[in-house]
Amino acid sequence: MNPRCFKLLVSMRQEQTRVFPARYESLTAIDQFIVDAAERAGFANCTVYQVQLAVDEACSNIIEHAYGGEDRGIIECTHRIQGGDLTIVLRDYGQPFDPAAVPEPNINADLEERAEGGLGLYLIYQIMDEVTFDFDSQAGNVLTLVKRKEDIC
Amino acid sequence: METTTREFKRCVVVEASGRIDSATAPELQAVFDELTEEGKCNLVFDMGDVDFISSAGLRVLINTQKTCQRLNRGRLVLANVPGPIYEAFDLAGFVALFDFYEGQVEAVGSF
Repeated sequence: MNPRCFKLLVSMRQEQTRVFPARYESLTAIDQFIVDAAERAGFANCTVYQVQLAVDEACSNIIEHAYGGEDRGIIECTHRIQGGDLTIVLRDYGQPFDPAAVPEPNINADLEERAEGGLGLYLIYQIMDEVTFDFDSQAGNVLTLVKRKEDIC
Repeated sequence: METTTREFKRCVVVEASGRIDSATAPELQAVFDELTEEGKCNLVFDMGDVDFISSAGLRVLINTQKTCQRLNRGRLVLANVPGPIYEAFDLAGFVALFDFYEGQVEAVGSF
């Protein structure tokens, strides 16, 4: 085989997409899909766990906020390993939102003052090296998450 | 997620295993609510066999801690928290809100 073709084939194999029904039961299957990719990317256990957490939070938010409940659409999940970095792309067709409008939780507040919301998004920003939201009524809402290889927790 | 509950003289131990996410967190909340509604507010949550906990699960623990500590009725302490989960507690700023114990025996002994 032509080496360029081989290289292309290998790079194609490094990207996988799966579609999941947007319901909380899907979180386990999405998690397994992500764990496989993070382990293949060669991440340490604690980094794998953090990526699991970020993706779970993102998908839970899609179901709860973008779709406003379970079984109202799909989550298309793609992972790509490139140069040891892991990119995860989550696409949904629910309501767009303004991430900047979500208040950041006060993680130093006393117990009684701890608010309910915003923690998931906060964790995503804490864990991932790149977090990009693209909202498009035709192409869907796309959340791109990148975890870099060298970033060991 | 599976849970088992064991009552001791001064506290109740709840052991969980598996995943605590948006799908299963309501079940865990129900377990804690049943205990606190019976006035059982000295609680040990043994996380030794928990594989994963999301913010939905963390909210259950915060809610339960609030319920327990109101009226000085008790507290929720955590035992056997796996390393990656402890890191997530730390990221969420939750470490200051709970007492952590290496083992269940120490946690039970704290009451």
